[in-house]
Amino acid sequence: MLNFLKSKRSATSAKERLQLVLIHDRTDLAPAELDALKDDLLAVISRYVEIETEQVRIRLEGDGRSQRLVADIPLRSKTRRRSG
Amino acid sequence: MGAQVVTITSGKGGVGKTTAVANLAVALAADGARVVCIDADIGLRNLDVVMGLENRIVYDLVDVIEGRCRLRQAMIRDKRLPELYLIPAAQTRDKSAVSPSDMIRLCEELRNDVDWILIDSPAGIERGFKNAIAPADQVLVITNPEVSAVRDADRVIGILEAEGKGTPSLIINRLNQTMVKHGDMLSAEDVLDLLAIKLIGIVPEDDQVIVATNRGVPVALDHKSRAGQAFRDIARRLKGEQVPFMNLEAGSSLWERIIRLGRK
Repeated sequence: MLNFLKSKRSATSAKERLQLVLIHDRTDLAPAELDALKDDLLAVISRYVEIETEQVRIRLEGDGRSQRLVADIPLRSKTRRRSG
Repeated sequence: MGAQVVTITSGKGGVGKTTAVANLAVALAADGARVVCIDADIGLRNLDVVMGLENRIVYDLVDVIEGRCRLRQAMIRDKRLPELYLIPAAQTRDKSAVSPSDMIRLCEELRNDVDWILIDSPAGIERGFKNAIAPADQVLVITNPEVSAVRDADRVIGILEAEGKGTPSLIINRLNQTMVKHGDMLSAEDVLDLLAIKLIGIVPEDDQVIVATNRGVPVALDHKSRAGQAFRDIARRLKGEQVPFMNLEAGSSLWERIIRLGRK
């Protein structure tokens, strides 16, 4: 019974897997390419400001039939660097 | 005014394109409209057998396009209804025998004589699909609540938008409400969430569809069939009527019906 409750219903897996696949299909961007894009993006930004690399979050999000690239890139603050 | 050209397509094969075309055609024609269906699946024709007209084929779509017969000669009249016709696909040719502009020209010739032109698209996204959507005023994408069908439907929707065909409407075919209830099938809401286009109909899984296809009598002619009812509802929505979506819970099993009666 516990096992029954724990196992995810197959329709839920189907939906979650499709959500990811469709985002990549629609953008024609393979997961590996998205990783390369992230690296390039961070490299460009790093030329101007310092980045909190560990906290960076870049992902593709679906919004109806359109996709957006959402990037949350925290910058290393100068005051913290001074005090540190 | 002229006819509305509606193309039914899906990306994936076997999801119910031909069944949908046959049933929508029958439902529209039963209502008094003049309807022509065109089987655009050159080399893999099937709309003729699904409609039960396979024994009456003399000329086909490619014969018309290549000038071996007049358009009227290739239109097989369905004797069950006053104004329902089929233009069958050629069986011994391939998609390259027809071009998108051939299809546009053919539909222009038909437009003034009928109310509806329904085009059965082949599976895939290549030449045959491009031929089928070229003359369309409206495209219906049909899918099943199943991962590969939904993924392919999404690709097709993307291509239609990129080709300037606008956003198509969606038919969800073969929905099994019992499996949905058990969490083992994507629900209509799930599919709509994923594909994010307008819904025009949900067709429940119904054994009668196979029985009807065996006989060559589209299920929309069977007033007891729930799938038939769903197709008749889609036909009315195509005409612009507001038709509420059927309660898929109803009639799922005798026991459930008794429970529901008790609740009323």
